[in-house]
Amino acid sequence: MELTSRETWAVIHGLVLGTLYLLAFGGALAGLWSLRPGLVTTAGLQERMKRLYLGFGVMAATAWLTVITGTWIVYPWYRAKLAGADFAKCTGLELPSSACSPRDFLLSDVSGDTARWHEFGMEWKEHVAWAAPFLATSAFLLVLYYGPRLTARPWLRMATILMLVGGFAAAVVGGAFGAFINKVAPIS
Amino acid sequence: MTVPDHHDDEVVPELAGLQLADRPDGPGAAMMISAGIGIFVLGFLTVLAEKSTGANTWLAKWQWGKGVGALAGKTTLASAAYVISLVVLWVVWRAKNVNLKSAFYAGLALGILGAIATYPTFFQKFAP
Repeated sequence: MELTSRETWAVIHGLVLGTLYLLAFGGALAGLWSLRPGLVTTAGLQERMKRLYLGFGVMAATAWLTVITGTWIVYPWYRAKLAGADFAKCTGLELPSSACSPRDFLLSDVSGDTARWHEFGMEWKEHVAWAAPFLATSAFLLVLYYGPRLTARPWLRMATILMLVGGFAAAVVGGAFGAFINKVAPIS
Repeated sequence: MTVPDHHDDEVVPELAGLQLADRPDGPGAAMMISAGIGIFVLGFLTVLAEKSTGANTWLAKWQWGKGVGALAGKTTLASAAYVISLVVLWVVWRAKNVNLKSAFYAGLALGILGAIATYPTFFQKFAP
């Protein structure tokens, strides 16, 4: 059982941080959704808010860490232009190699119709995923700023939930395409 | 853009025991709009980098030799736009009651425009 340094970073970026984000999202959404009059007592509100601050905080932090590790650590390995303009060094390969990066491999179409994974999947993922930390951070700050007052303001609570879900949707695009692309052209 | 003060403990009795002071909505509005600004700048720079080789080259200078390409500039500048707009609007509106619904819909509109601009089928139409 061994992982290369690149595989370890890909796991940290996609699996570890992604799982943490998913867990934090579930908790944050459930906690905020049920923050309604009549459902929680005064003591319950105080207890609930601590978990909400933690859940939203973890979500915002993992969103930033995920996009930063993805963009600045993993992505350069993915996009390295190693195989030449005609992707000659990818010929005959079934997986990317030290002479044919995952991007080269996908664009070369040497293993089937794979170019769209880069042209659509990676191009969308690498951009839209950055919406997640903006939305998650603003949602976290809204919860932190208003705190228990959100109980009395259903419209504001729903707006915060929409921002939370919007950030999650952006992360899902990034996560799903990341998983699929790493299946077709793994970083190793 | 002024709205009446909230007295949340009058709406929800459970809050009375917490003795919470009312807070102005200005900072909340800043949080909503700034997220939209960040996404909009990201989308705008994505289209710009696709359309202009010069812009693409300039955005790639933000990679500091890490091999990230123009994505470095797009995401760094979008993050800066998010953080700076958040801080500036928060400071300017820190004691004001800004209409939260207007702020939310403004942020939503900017966010949707930005998200559309990061969709490959859209921004690749701007390729020379």
